Amino acid sequence: MTQIDALTREALRTDHPEFRSGDTVGVHVRIREGEKERIQVFQGAVIQQHRNGIHSTFTVRKISSGVGVERVFPLHSPMIAKIEVKSRGRVRRAKLFYLRERTGKKARIRDRRDYNKQDA
Amino acid sequence: MSLELMGRKLGMTQIFNEAGDRVPVTVIGAGPCTVVQKKTPESDGYGAVQLGFEERKLKHLSKPLQGHYEKAETSPKRVLFEVRLEGEELDQLEVGQEIGLAEAFAEIRRVDVTGRSKGRGFTGVIKRHGFSTSSKSHGTHEFFRHAGALSAGTYPGRIVKGKKMAGHMGDEQVTTLGLRVEKIDAERHLIYLRGAVPGHSNGLVRIRPAVRARGES
Repeated sequence: MTQIDALTREALRTDHPEFRSGDTVGVHVRIREGEKERIQVFQGAVIQQHRNGIHSTFTVRKISSGVGVERVFPLHSPMIAKIEVKSRGRVRRAKLFYLRERTGKKARIRDRRDYNKQDA
Repeated sequence: MSLELMGRKLGMTQIFNEAGDRVPVTVIGAGPCTVVQKKTPESDGYGAVQLGFEERKLKHLSKPLQGHYEKAETSPKRVLFEVRLEGEELDQLEVGQEIGLAEAFAEIRRVDVTGRSKGRGFTGVIKRHGFSTSSKSHGTHEFFRHAGALSAGTYPGRIVKGKKMAGHMGDEQVTTLGLRVEKIDAERHLIYLRGAVPGHSNGLVRIRPAVRARGES
């Protein structure tokens, strides 16, 4: 590990729950409007995770008033107040870009039931 | 005239600022530098301090250099460099004194960084001077990354001096001006600058307060 990796390691957030592609998450985003700060929740399916230390991001896709909306969040950003895992999804690949071409019933993600683990 | 520091480029990463934005930064391990010699107008004709950066083993030095450090009563240094100073700034410093980021750049918001750029070897005109590439089709044959014509014919009858051609690129002194200081960790001798800095990681760089700060200093 280089010195630079060691330095950025301190800035990594360890308070996020574990989640992966296919899971439905609610991302609580801090939004600053002038002086005031409020929190907005962006809820949707995780379709991509980019794991690279401090540069890590994840992409959440949701359908908002009939239009597909994707948002890329820096995983370690202080603007993320909280990540809530709403449900676990069973998917067969890491990048779920195929969802972009699908709507309605075809865009469903099956529930993941992991009987070995209690919480999943 | 103000204090300057020597440092080593540790590499680039990103940090989050107060607004929550991602900022691309270069981290430099800057200082601490030790005053090894003071030059005064009376004794040397100009005012300056000679600073030393990084440690070195005494046995690796020549006898004259060993004597130099002995006289200063400091440990042997790897790099020696001079910073021109005058009057009060010069008087404040004593031989043997250590200068870190806190002393040198406490209130500084923008800096200039001088380093040696990465060597690119013998490069063609496309990379070196930003020439356009030739057409890859339309009958072009073995002529894709050439410079085209060098000059007119009978007049001037020669190639003008300084004509941009292929040749060695990089491995030269480069100064990047006006880099914003994003963060200073004086305790660990780390300075975070927005953007890129000349040279490779672990390369030596010299940092000074910005000479041409845009609206801030």
